[in-house]
Amino acid sequence: MTGVFLVFPALWTVYIGLLRYSLTGVSASAPTFRGIHNYTDALRDPLFRNALKLTIFFVLLSAVIGQSMLGFAIAWRMRRSNAITRSVVQTLVLLAWILPSTVVVFLWQALLSRNDGTLNALLRSGSTDWALSHPLATIVVFNIWRGTAFSMLLFSAALAAVPNSQLETARLVGASGLQQLRDVVFPHIRGHVLTNTLLISLWTFNDFTPYLLTGGGPNHRSETLPVYVYNVALKGGQLGFGSAISLIMLLINLVVALFYLRLLRERRRA
Amino acid sequence: MRVTRRASAYVIGLVVISVVATGCVGAKKNNADKKRNATAKNVTLVIGSNSIKGGKNTEGAVHTLDYTIPKFEAMEKAKGVNVKVTFQGSGADDEIYKQRLALSLKVGGGPDVFSMDGIWLGEFAQAGYIKPLDQVVGSSVGSWDGWSQISSSIMQNATFGGQRYGIPSGTDGRILYFNKKLFAKAGLPATWQPKSWADIIAAGKALKKLPGITPLQIDAGTAMGEATTTQGFLPLLAGAGQLIYDDKTKKWQGATPAVKNVLSFYQQIYSGGLGDPKLQEDQNGRDQSFAAFSQGKVGVLAESDYLWRSVICPDKSKCNTTAMPDRNQTVGFALIPAMKPGSGVAGQNFVSISGGGDEVINPNTKYPQQAWELMQFMASKASVIAGLAGTAQITERSDVNAEVLKNDPLLSFINTKVLPITRFRPGLAVYSTTITTAIQQATLDVVTGKSVGQAAQTYQQTVEKAVGANAIQTG
Amino acid sequence: MTPNSTEVVRRSLGRIGSYVFVCVITLFFALPMVWLVLTPFSTSPSYRVPSPSFTLHNFRDVAHNPYALGSLKNSLFLALGTMVLVVVLAALASYALSRVRIPGRDALLYALLLLSSIVTGTATMVPIFVMIYQLNLINTQTGVVLVMTGGLLPAAIFIIKDFMDAMPRSLEESARVFGASPLQILRHVVTPVVRPGLATIAVWAVVNVWGNFLLPYILLQDPGKQPGAVIMFNFYDEGGQPDFGLIAAFSLIYSIPVVVLYLVINKRYGFRFQGGIKG
Repeated sequence: MTGVFLVFPALWTVYIGLLRYSLTGVSASAPTFRGIHNYTDALRDPLFRNALKLTIFFVLLSAVIGQSMLGFAIAWRMRRSNAITRSVVQTLVLLAWILPSTVVVFLWQALLSRNDGTLNALLRSGSTDWALSHPLATIVVFNIWRGTAFSMLLFSAALAAVPNSQLETARLVGASGLQQLRDVVFPHIRGHVLTNTLLISLWTFNDFTPYLLTGGGPNHRSETLPVYVYNVALKGGQLGFGSAISLIMLLINLVVALFYLRLLRERRRA
Repeated sequence: MRVTRRASAYVIGLVVISVVATGCVGAKKNNADKKRNATAKNVTLVIGSNSIKGGKNTEGAVHTLDYTIPKFEAMEKAKGVNVKVTFQGSGADDEIYKQRLALSLKVGGGPDVFSMDGIWLGEFAQAGYIKPLDQVVGSSVGSWDGWSQISSSIMQNATFGGQRYGIPSGTDGRILYFNKKLFAKAGLPATWQPKSWADIIAAGKALKKLPGITPLQIDAGTAMGEATTTQGFLPLLAGAGQLIYDDKTKKWQGATPAVKNVLSFYQQIYSGGLGDPKLQEDQNGRDQSFAAFSQGKVGVLAESDYLWRSVICPDKSKCNTTAMPDRNQTVGFALIPAMKPGSGVAGQNFVSISGGGDEVINPNTKYPQQAWELMQFMASKASVIAGLAGTAQITERSDVNAEVLKNDPLLSFINTKVLPITRFRPGLAVYSTTITTAIQQATLDVVTGKSVGQAAQTYQQTVEKAVGANAIQTG
Repeated sequence: MTPNSTEVVRRSLGRIGSYVFVCVITLFFALPMVWLVLTPFSTSPSYRVPSPSFTLHNFRDVAHNPYALGSLKNSLFLALGTMVLVVVLAALASYALSRVRIPGRDALLYALLLLSSIVTGTATMVPIFVMIYQLNLINTQTGVVLVMTGGLLPAAIFIIKDFMDAMPRSLEESARVFGASPLQILRHVVTPVVRPGLATIAVWAVVNVWGNFLLPYILLQDPGKQPGAVIMFNFYDEGGQPDFGLIAAFSLIYSIPVVVLYLVINKRYGFRFQGGIKG
C-alpha cells in the first residue's frame, strides 16, 4: 500500500518534472519534453533562491533552535515542577500541537489582526500589522508555538532515563547547572537530540502551514519552498516546473538526512 | 527475513502493476455520438457549481436545489422521461475549484453541466477539457430562442476562437465608487465624473486633507490576486489606449509606454500618500478595503457592481458587517476615465473591464441532449428571474434585464453606460498562469518603492520568458 | 558579601527566573487559545477577543447549517479509518523491520520517510487524483483514507520501530520456546509492551487527518461527504467576510474530539514518543 500511495505518485512526480506540463491550456493536452530544463530554470529563478534561503532560515530558527531549545528547556524545567504545573504546561503545549490546523489559522489571525488583534491590544501597539511588518518572524514564532510539543515529549522521555545518581554526584562535586547539562545529561541524550532534530527539520522544511498565515507575502518575504511550489503548481498551473522543484526539495531533504545519519553513526562508533 | 523479502517483492510488484495500469489511462472514452442515449427513459444528470447552501453564493445553490431541479424533473416527467438531477456544490476558493474541475475533466469525469468563470474558457478549451456546443450537442443548438436575448458583448464571455462553448450567466462592469459625504467635506461635487486620471489625482489630493481617510483605493500587488489586474491595471491600461493582448497581432503588452503610464499612475497614488500601500500587501486586503469603504473611511474605490450588490447592500441580513443602510444616499459612482479624453482604447473617453460566468456541458456526459435541455431550462427567462429571488443583477438576457434593472440606479447605469464600452480579458492559459501574476508583481514593485522603469523591465522579462520574444510588443 | 550569600542570591535569582520562565511559557502557549474559548459564546463575534457576554446563538447557527454536523461524522470516519490502518500496518511493518537484519533496512526506511514528504506536496495532486480515479475511489471516503495512510505510514513506522527496538528480546524468545507463531508473538507479547507507542501514533494520525483540507477537498466532490476541515471554509458570506459566530462555534466543536482523545490516551497509556533508552 505504501508502494501504491507513496512510491508511485512520487515516481510520477519525477516524470512530470521533466515535462512542460500544466493543468490547463495547450500544454495540458500536449505536454512537451523539456529534459532537465525545468531544473536549470529553477536554479536560476531568483524567487526559487529566495524561497530556499527563507526555508533554511525558517528551519534553523524555528525548528533547530526554537523548537528543540524550548522543548528541552520545558522538559528540563518540568522535572522539578509539581504535578499540577507540569500537567497544565504540558497540556497547553500539546494543545497547540493537536488542534486542527484549520482552527489554528483562525486563532492566529485573531491574535495578529491589524485592527482587532489580541497582541496589539495587549502591547498597546496601535494597529501594527505583525504578519506584514515581520513576516519571517511571524511564521518562525508560529512554528515554535505549533511544534514545540514533539521536542518536549521526546526530551521528557530522554531526561527520565538519565540516572539521578549521576546528577547527584555532579551536584556534590559543585558542578553548575550548565556543567551538569554538558557533562552528565548531554552524553545520555545525544541520540535523542539527533533524532529529534532530524524529524523536526524535515517536517518544518516541508511545512505548508505558513501559507495559511501569510500567504507567502508580503512580496515573497515569507514564501518558503512548499509555499513557492503551491504558488507555482496550483495558482500558476505549471505542474512540470512545480514537480521539478518538489524533487529538488526531496534531494535537499536527502542531504540533510544523510548528514544526520552520519553524525548518528559516528556517535555509535565512539 | 523471508517475510520482509516477500513484502518488498509485493511492493515492487504493486508499483509495476500501478505504473502499467496508469499507462493505459490515456485511452479516453470515445464520445463522438452526439445523440447517444437521447431516447433514454431513465436519465441522471449532475450540476456542478462553486456555490453552496449556507456558504458561498448560497442563493445560487438554493435556486438550483429548490427551483431548477424539481421544476426540470417535473417538466421531463410530463414528457415521460425519468430524470434525476443532483447538485454538486462547493464553497472553496475559485482557484481550488478550478483545479478540481480541471482534474475531473482531464480523467473523463466531472459534472454534466457546470458553471465556470469565463476567463477559464480558453485554457480549458485548449486543453481539450471542453468542446464547442455544436460538437457536443449538435447543430440543433443554434435554434434555441434564447440566443437572441444575449447581447454580442456578453456572448464574448462564452466564446473562444469564434466558437460558442456555453451559455453565459450574467456579467458585470468596473466603475469608480465614491463616498459623497467625504466628497462634500473635501469640497468636491456629489455628481463627480472625472474626465482624466489627473482629475482622479486632484480629487485624491483634496480628500487627503481629511483626517483618518484613505483617499483612493486602486487594487495593487500580488496579495490582491486577480483583483489587482481586473479592478485596477486592465481598466487603466485600456484608458492608456492598449489591451493586454491584441487579438489581431497576437502580441502581449511588454514594457510599452501604455504599461509605463499605468505604473506611473500607481506610483503617483501610492508614493504620494493618496493610497494605503500596506493594505495592498495584506492577505485580506481586498476584504479590508470593503470594510473600510463601508465605514466611510475610503474616498474613491475602483470595483465592480459586485460591491454594490453583495458587499455594501443596505440589507444587514445579506451583507452582514459591511452593509450600508444609507448606501443609495452616500455612495456615488462614475465611469472610469481614460488617461486623457480620447486616449482610451479605440479612442474612447471612458473604459471598463467585464467578466462573468458560463454554464458549460461536459463533453464526456452520457446524456448530451438532456444536458442541453437542462441548460436551456436554466437560462430560460422564468428561471433566470426566479434565480434573482427579487434582487437585481445584470443577467445574460436582455428581456430579464429590461424588467429587473430599472429600479436599481447603479445596475441600469452599468447596463446602459458601461457594457457598451467594456472589454473582456483574454481567456488564454498563459494569461492566468503568468501574465496576471507578472502584472500584479509590477504594481507591487511600484507600490513598494521601485522605479516605474525597473518594474516595467522585470514585467517584460517575465512575459517574454512565457510567451517568447515574437509574441510581445515592446516599448 | 560572603561566598555563601552570593550563592543564596544566585539560587533565588535562578528560582525567580525559572518561575518567570514557566509563566511566560504558559502565557505564550495559552494566548492564541483565549479566542477559541471565549468567542463562540460571544454576542458580537469578531477577531477581537470578546468582552464577557454569553449566548448559545452561534451554536444554533452551526446546528442549522446544512453541512456542519454531517461533516463531523465524515471527519470521524476519515480519522478513525486512517488511524486503524496506520496503527495496524505500522505495527506489522515496524516489527518486521526491527526484528530482521537485512542490508539497507535503514536506508529503505529513510527513503520512505523522505518520499512521504513529497507526497504531501501540491505537485503530486495530479498523480494522486488520476490514480484514485482509476481505482474508482473518487468521491469516496475510502480513497482519502488510503492516500492519507500512505502519507502517514513512514513516520509512524519510524516512531514505533523505536519502541520495538527498546523491547527486550528475551520476552519473545521465551514465547517462541512455547511454540508461539510470529503473529501470535506480535499480538500477545509485543503489542502490550509497545501499546503506549501505538496509542501515541493513533492520536498523531487522527490529528493529521482532522486538520487536512486540500486532499479531502480535491478527492471528495460531494459536500455531504466532506470533513469539517473543508466545510469550515464555507463559512464566509458574499463579501468574503468571515462569519465569525459560525466559525468560532464550529472551531470549538471541531477541536473537542481531538482534545478528548488526547486526554483519554494520555491518562491510560501516557503520551510519548520514545520506547526507552535510545541505542
